[in-house]
Amino acid sequence: MSDPVLKVRNLSVFYATPTGDVRATEEASFDLHPGETLGLVGESGSGKTTATSGILRMVSSPGRIVSGSVELDGVDLLKLSDEEMRRMRWTKLALIPQGAMNSLNPTMKISAQISDVIETHTGQPATRERVLELFQMVGLPERIYGMYPHELSGGMKQRVCIAMAIALNPSVIIADEATSALDVVVQRVVAQTMAKVRDALGVSMIMIGHDMGLMAQMVDRVAVMYAGRIVEIATVADMFARPAHPYSQILIDSVPSLTERQPLRITGGITHDPRNPPEGCIFQLRCPYAQEVCRQPQEMREIRPGQEVACIRAEELEREDA
Amino acid sequence: MLDVAQSDALLDIRNVSKIYGDPEAGLVALNDFSLQIPRDRAEIVTIAGESGSGKSTLANLVLGFTRPTKGTITFDGLDVGSAGAAQMRSYHRQVQAVFQDPFGSYNPFYRVQHVFDMVTKNFGLAENKVQAREMMEDALNAVGLTGDDVLRKYPHQLSGGQRQRIMMARAYMVKPKLIVADEPVSMVDASLRASILDVMMKLRDEAGISFLYITHDLSTAYQIGDKILLFYQGTLAEEGNATDVIANPKHPYVQLLIDSVPKPDPADRWKGEIELPAEEELRTARAKGCRFVPRCPHARPACSDALPPLYPVGPNGHRASCILYAPE
Repeated sequence: MSDPVLKVRNLSVFYATPTGDVRATEEASFDLHPGETLGLVGESGSGKTTATSGILRMVSSPGRIVSGSVELDGVDLLKLSDEEMRRMRWTKLALIPQGAMNSLNPTMKISAQISDVIETHTGQPATRERVLELFQMVGLPERIYGMYPHELSGGMKQRVCIAMAIALNPSVIIADEATSALDVVVQRVVAQTMAKVRDALGVSMIMIGHDMGLMAQMVDRVAVMYAGRIVEIATVADMFARPAHPYSQILIDSVPSLTERQPLRITGGITHDPRNPPEGCIFQLRCPYAQEVCRQPQEMREIRPGQEVACIRAEELEREDA
Repeated sequence: MLDVAQSDALLDIRNVSKIYGDPEAGLVALNDFSLQIPRDRAEIVTIAGESGSGKSTLANLVLGFTRPTKGTITFDGLDVGSAGAAQMRSYHRQVQAVFQDPFGSYNPFYRVQHVFDMVTKNFGLAENKVQAREMMEDALNAVGLTGDDVLRKYPHQLSGGQRQRIMMARAYMVKPKLIVADEPVSMVDASLRASILDVMMKLRDEAGISFLYITHDLSTAYQIGDKILLFYQGTLAEEGNATDVIANPKHPYVQLLIDSVPKPDPADRWKGEIELPAEEELRTARAKGCRFVPRCPHARPACSDALPPLYPVGPNGHRASCILYAPE
């Protein structure tokens, strides 16, 4: 396999509180290969958004990056000066933030907002041709050029944000819940747009979400996070065919079927205090299979090529899903 | 909807339209809609459709927040459309609501207890504090929580799933006959939704409470819904038993909708690209004919002439508003 475009190693981001640090992301390590889409999935509070804020160095006080390295094309972003990092954003590393469609400035025309991104980073205002070219890539009609955000539907605003993200040909795009506030049909159109743009530009993508159904449709590999820790990474095929971590199994089971009525599988949320995670396995308090051995720290380990899991009992618990 | 005589219905919606603005030229948010929820058995009736389909308008009409432009809504003999303030108060003892946003429903400065204190006071539910506390405990137990767990906590200390279950408990404490649940799970993590759906099923089966479950998520409707009604641009596109409709959708819009739900199977990915026509072509709520024409692969000239009636397309009252199913 070619060298990864993005190499994240042991990234930890903590938030200071009066009663101790909240370990929002701890020791996260993963690679992103050229042209690949990696899904980062987990429930609210699992640290997926924080992990990407760490990658983009957008953690603000009381949060801080505690340790780790983030190599983009061989350059450790965490060692750059603020100005050097600012230049990296949008040109190398673009973000489609959560609720992106509400991130547009309501008083600026769509074209001006896209042009703004381009001008800030290149010093040159964008030509009308370039903006229209971007529109075309994300399937937006020319007539919205002079419109304001409130004149567009949610799906169109989302595509404007995708156009902004690709405006400067970044090598990596991070999409944080880019489709989660949309109707299913519109979600499908936006997801389709992202896939098309990714394939046309050969850009790599990190897709954050909590819907395993959408992950199955969109990504090449999946990293599952729980309470700040990555607990499993696998190809999307392995993840759905042979989920090894008990939490991955729960996430997959939580997608309701459309073909068979099943008893509801009820799970609670994250139960421990994030300032004081349990010794050993991060999931032990909710795990149906926890034993004495789970009190020891669980390192990520490869159980088959390309599938890593932080569970000592993975082999015996692994499940073959048809 | 189905063969329920008027007198049997708990909630009886007859030919209701809601038009915002000028009745002749305004926005038709809901067009000539009828639905009966029976009195003798509790049901979860799902109202589904995309943004702008009219589902929240329906919720607001049933809750009495807005009045129908045409038609009548009757609940247990009360005409909801013309009820006065005192009647609405007693109406809201029988019809409660749970809303979408489990964050916005709480005042962050107050403990959870405050939510229950308010409802107790507003409806005069308890004679004294001891009785009030017992009722809170009972309501929280019904949703799988205990007073000691949550009453002293602040909203930010609870998960989205817990917050929505507490909202269900608050509604249940009033002992209503109907709960209007407007997107109760859509802002909650996928993995925590089951706990809320489970509460709805329990309240239906054990407390005999019917639900008007408004959602754009078809998979949860399939799992817990009894009946389902699918809206498109203010019109009813298809209705029937949730399992029948979702297993065998007939209206082209409903077929597209169900095909677009992401399947948790990487080997079964979306096939074919879909395009959305321009925004203004989609604003068809004032059209005379079928609202789905600009997007429909089967559209023909007759579709634009008049809105097709609901033709029978399957067992148990499965009907679709599409001329593909017109009898020969």
